[in-house]
Amino acid sequence: MELYLIAHIAGRGVAIPTEQVDSVVDLGDVVAVPCAVSSVRGLSALRSRVLTVIDTGTALGIEPMPDSCRRAVITRIDGHHYAVLVDSLDDVARYEPLSLSSGLSLQHGWASAGRGLVDRDGDPLLVLDLAALVPGTHKISAAAA
Amino acid sequence: MDDLLQEFVAETRETLEALAGEIVAWEAQPADRARLDAIFRFVHTVKGSCGFLDLPRLARLSHAAEDVLAAVRDGQRIPDTALVNAVLAIVDRIGEIVEAIDAGVSLDDTSEDLLIAALAENAAPASAPASAMGHRAPARSVRLNVELLDRMMSGMSDIVLARNELARRLRDDDVDPRVEAALERLSGTVAEMRDTVTRTRMQKIDALFSALPRMVRDTAAELGKAVALTLEGSDVELDREMIEMMRDPLVHIIRNALDHGIEAPSVRRSAGKRETGRLTVSARQSGNQILVEIADDGAGIDVARVAAKAVKMGLYSAADVDAMSQAAREELIFAAGLSSKDLASSISGRGVGMDVVRANIEQIGGRISLTSRPGRGLVITIQVPLTLSIMPTIVIGAGGQRFALSRASIDEIVTARGDTVRIDAVGDSAIATVRGERLPLVRLSALLGLPQTGEPGTLAIVGTRDGSYALGIDAVLDTEELVIKPAAPAVMATGLYAGQSLPDSGLPMLLLDGAGVATVAGLRFDRAIGADEQADTEAAIPAVPALLFEDLDGQRRAVPLAAVDRVETVEASSIRHVGGRLRLSADGVIVPLYSVATLEGRASLPVLRLTDRETDVAYAIAEPLDIVDLPTTMACANGAGTIAGVVLIGEEPVEVLDPLALFAQAEPEPADPALCLLHDDGTGWMDQFLRPTLEAAGYRCVAAAPAGQRPAIALSLASGERGAGANDPGVPVVRLRRERAAAREDTTVYRYDRAALLAAMADTIATRRIG
Repeated sequence: MELYLIAHIAGRGVAIPTEQVDSVVDLGDVVAVPCAVSSVRGLSALRSRVLTVIDTGTALGIEPMPDSCRRAVITRIDGHHYAVLVDSLDDVARYEPLSLSSGLSLQHGWASAGRGLVDRDGDPLLVLDLAALVPGTHKISAAAA
Repeated sequence: MDDLLQEFVAETRETLEALAGEIVAWEAQPADRARLDAIFRFVHTVKGSCGFLDLPRLARLSHAAEDVLAAVRDGQRIPDTALVNAVLAIVDRIGEIVEAIDAGVSLDDTSEDLLIAALAENAAPASAPASAMGHRAPARSVRLNVELLDRMMSGMSDIVLARNELARRLRDDDVDPRVEAALERLSGTVAEMRDTVTRTRMQKIDALFSALPRMVRDTAAELGKAVALTLEGSDVELDREMIEMMRDPLVHIIRNALDHGIEAPSVRRSAGKRETGRLTVSARQSGNQILVEIADDGAGIDVARVAAKAVKMGLYSAADVDAMSQAAREELIFAAGLSSKDLASSISGRGVGMDVVRANIEQIGGRISLTSRPGRGLVITIQVPLTLSIMPTIVIGAGGQRFALSRASIDEIVTARGDTVRIDAVGDSAIATVRGERLPLVRLSALLGLPQTGEPGTLAIVGTRDGSYALGIDAVLDTEELVIKPAAPAVMATGLYAGQSLPDSGLPMLLLDGAGVATVAGLRFDRAIGADEQADTEAAIPAVPALLFEDLDGQRRAVPLAAVDRVETVEASSIRHVGGRLRLSADGVIVPLYSVATLEGRASLPVLRLTDRETDVAYAIAEPLDIVDLPTTMACANGAGTIAGVVLIGEEPVEVLDPLALFAQAEPEPADPALCLLHDDGTGWMDQFLRPTLEAAGYRCVAAAPAGQRPAIALSLASGERGAGANDPGVPVVRLRRERAAAREDTTVYRYDRAALLAAMADTIATRRIG
């Protein structure tokens, strides 16, 4: 049994392994980062820390998150803090991690971010790897030109 | 060195404390390999540091112990009780000496031979000497790791933000003045704390310099050169991280200086230099910048060779290089892959070029520049911000968003609507002309895809390594010292930003990377080195410094400083009207003196001694005022004279003396001035009108030839009576006429045509001499 944070992203329930979760916050103002990839919504401050805000919907290749979305899961990757936007948060609970059902074909970003399944009272929830949502260092200089 | 020693003491003491447990365990179980290793590492470290710090006693002790422990590790010796005791006695002794160093007291060293002897096989156990402990000074320094300092810094930022929040909330309500006073006090303390915490990151640059003497000595020896190193400004403080970042570039530059700069002793001798080369490394603080200067007296940069290599490597065409200024060619050593030595040597040619050095320096927000004096040496100046983490910035607005720009990268800020600025569309891009200098224009909001609010209102001239450009922004909002942190990879990947920051407003802000913006905007400065230089020289005609003074008539005048040899105060009695003009006698010579007003009533007065290295003149003034830069625009004076023109200095028009005119008038008089006989017609015209001109031209005028002297020339009026002396056929005569127009075949000269008269006189005398 492992501890998972149950959240809703784009209307779907997901399970986030709690070892990836630094904290859960409601973000303040977000400052845009012009020319950054679209999944970077901007920067926001949490105490003296600057968070890079990830538009989870865009990162997954589906609908962008609504502008009003403020709730975020904070995760730390390679020394940087990211705020991953979520629709809502449900619960923290222990579940048995299951492998992805054979034959299940995930589309868009779900495929790269999905790590497995948990069974929540009969509902299967996708286990999400937050690191897979964070854009890497791939150059996008062409986009700016 | 003190700092290093302090660090060594602290470190050794710390290790000893940690080691105490190991020693006891090893004593109980001499075969325990892990304990043995720990003790071995300790004595080994001490030995290493001692060699560096020149502590021979500690070096000897630790060396002996290390030898024995190495033998034990290799299985050559059995760690029996005697050996363990002997090693422990030495470890104890090291501790005592370290405490003694710290306390600054001396420690008797007689028993140390015994301690070392006790290490030998089958040695009689040495009786442990009475411990000299007891003067252990309380430690006044602690060692912290950088992580802890960083946490302190970020905690500090939190406090500042919380204070701001509190102040904002309080401002909204009517607040008890006592609460306000308390907040005031809190603010003061917080600001002070912030400074203190910042200072914890500072370290003396000695930490960087202290390793240099050894390095220079070893490297010079390896190269067979003799070099004397001078270090200056070791006590300048710098951010610890910055010191680490500076280490490699500094070492590289010094190795370069030793390898390529300073010549071999024989070469130096034949060049007339002292055999021992000089290398000076100095640090000084200038505002919030630290300047580190590496100066050698070697050969300087072989510009021709560097340029040839750049062409050979295809970095530039020969035409490009030809078009470059000297400075631009020197800068070529910063081009990638260039080294003036054809063969890479073991000293500096390690595949790392000056391009890497420059990149490293720029990475920490610094700049590097050089001054080469061929045959006389090279000076490289590194300029870095005082601290890595706090950067002075300018906060700008573009498209409704705030950005920060490093103040060091901005050359100038001008308003786009000013008279000195013009913006033209060129094809699909734009050019800003700022005071005649053409710069590519980058509209920031357009580049960033932000909403545009018409034409940019302000231009920030951003200097990058390759060239400058104008960045069009909406407005300059603020200047702020910001704590800059690296941004997430996805943000850095844009290539536009150098980092992020959280200013006191509590809203994150991005720091723009001036060079990155240029790259993303597609600006190319490939040819900029040559072309840019030209623009630079046009824009910046070096200002002519001038001495501003109050003249004797109360006017302010200026004279170009280059013409002024010195200003000295002289006695009025040393100025006499002799030989037709005022002359100053000083230091055994007599020089012509100019004065615009009478000197009467002055006992002494300052005079300007002007020189063009051949002619000396003096100019009497009332008071020297200031050294000023002459504006490049000067209204020409009406008519010739000693005034070259009028310039505006401050709000005041100031006359500028024409040193050329002063010198011309003071042309060294012929040692024997030509005697000129004036045949006046009795009206005194010649004496009054002609004489000054002639005397200024170097003639001595007489109305009648003095006894025994023959005039060189005589002047007479064409219509006038010939006077005495004219009968002397040996004296050539120039005749003057009253009418402007000359009759045919007339050899007379119109009497008011000064130039023709003087020419005719000179001509006549010359002809006469030849004849």
